[in-house]
Amino acid sequence: MSPPELCFSLHTATPRDMLRIQMISASRYVAEDEEAQPPLLFPPYRSTVLRAPKRPPVRIPQTLTEITGPASAWESLGGPACSDLTKQHAGAPLGQRIVMAGRVLDEAGRPVPRTLIEVWQANAAGRYAHAKDQWDAPLDPNFTGAGRLVTDDEGRYRLTTIRPGAYPWGNHDNAWRPAHIHLSLFGAAFASRLVTQCYFEGDPLIALDPIAASVPEGARERLIARFDLGLTEPSFALGYVFDIVLRGPASTPTEDPA
Amino acid sequence: MKRAQTPSQTVGPFFHYALPWPGCGDVAGGGSEPIGCRLDLVPDGHRLFAPGSGARPAGEVIELVGCVLDGAGDPTPDVLIETWQADCDGRYGAPGFQGLGRCATGEDGTFRLRLIKPGRAGGPGDSVQAPHVAVGIIGRGLLKRLVTRAYFEGDEGHDEDPVLTLVPAERRDTLMARADGAGRFRFDIVLQGQGETVFFEF
Ligand SMILES: [Fe+3]
Repeated sequence: MSPPELCFSLHTATPRDMLRIQMISASRYVAEDEEAQPPLLFPPYRSTVLRAPKRPPVRIPQTLTEITGPASAWESLGGPACSDLTKQHAGAPLGQRIVMAGRVLDEAGRPVPRTLIEVWQANAAGRYAHAKDQWDAPLDPNFTGAGRLVTDDEGRYRLTTIRPGAYPWGNHDNAWRPAHIHLSLFGAAFASRLVTQCYFEGDPLIALDPIAASVPEGARERLIARFDLGLTEPSFALGYVFDIVLRGPASTPTEDPA
Repeated sequence: MKRAQTPSQTVGPFFHYALPWPGCGDVAGGGSEPIGCRLDLVPDGHRLFAPGSGARPAGEVIELVGCVLDGAGDPTPDVLIETWQADCDGRYGAPGFQGLGRCATGEDGTFRLRLIKPGRAGGPGDSVQAPHVAVGIIGRGLLKRLVTRAYFEGDEGHDEDPVLTLVPAERRDTLMARADGAGRFRFDIVLQGQGETVFFEF
């Protein structure tokens, strides 16, 4: 077995151990998949028009800056995981209780442990507990809709919440966002950071939504959580499966060579 | 088994009660106020992810301030700035130094972070990077995160930095945080148009 290919040398006066750790973890991340990712400019989603850069990005090599990340930071930052959004208040929130679970993986199918997943969502009526959400759907005093989870050694996560409602927005005439949960993932590397949204199988609004439509057609279904009877808990909550695939390190010789 | 990447989507306008927490803009620790989050947008009684370490890493404390502007020159009040950096010795992920900062922009599009002035980290081959902070820009209207870097005016090593030297010379100034008083650097971000910030892919 050949040693890992190392593309980095450190010139700073660092303790030897630290240098070794950084060298071992130094591996390139696979590139962004253009067939999976939306463009920055997508005029049907109007807010992109003045915010998408006009110049193409400058391609740079991956350095330690890009391939390292705060995977080990979550415990020291403190704050308990909050994976049950139905138990943050004195009473139970209104709406359909659901369990959403899955794994965070890289493109080789390897689990990504110790990834922070932050989630937020509207309540069952489609209203966010956010000062700038001024739609007149009711707030639910028993639902805030924000949570945080950290994936386990197998990259697994499990969220208990209520199914969010659809809500109107001003993008175009009679525009409604499909029901969705916002997700933010950060862990092993600055390069693998992902912010996304998860939709629900069978929602007719998905096909009408310019934000979902910004994703190339073949990749759009990866944003849809699937109903799963196995995850469904008898007399408690419907189950949905949603796996998330992050940019992963290119294969190293210590991994499966295939 | 081969898997395909999950597509990115915009963070939308309502992230303020989920992503930033009080003090998330204070990577240096010990600041007089818990900068980084917009408590005016968070529901009453909501428990935000609170930093517990209280770490005060070694190194020079600096402030990084700036404004995020759109293609019309208007400030963007719904953007999240994320910073990732090495410690004062150029080490990433060193014990006691978390290295991650966040700051939600205010109604005037501005952000403020308290950081440790980073040291020099190694680059590809024999190269050495100049001190810099990686900056991610997440916001409403951004279907993907934008990534740039803040370098510091007057530092050594800019002419040999393996990233900065790939940027056309006439655009490098968009990556320079300018001294703006003692220990304070100004780094404005222009998303589009005249003076557009250089963004990276890697
Ligand atoms: Fe939303």
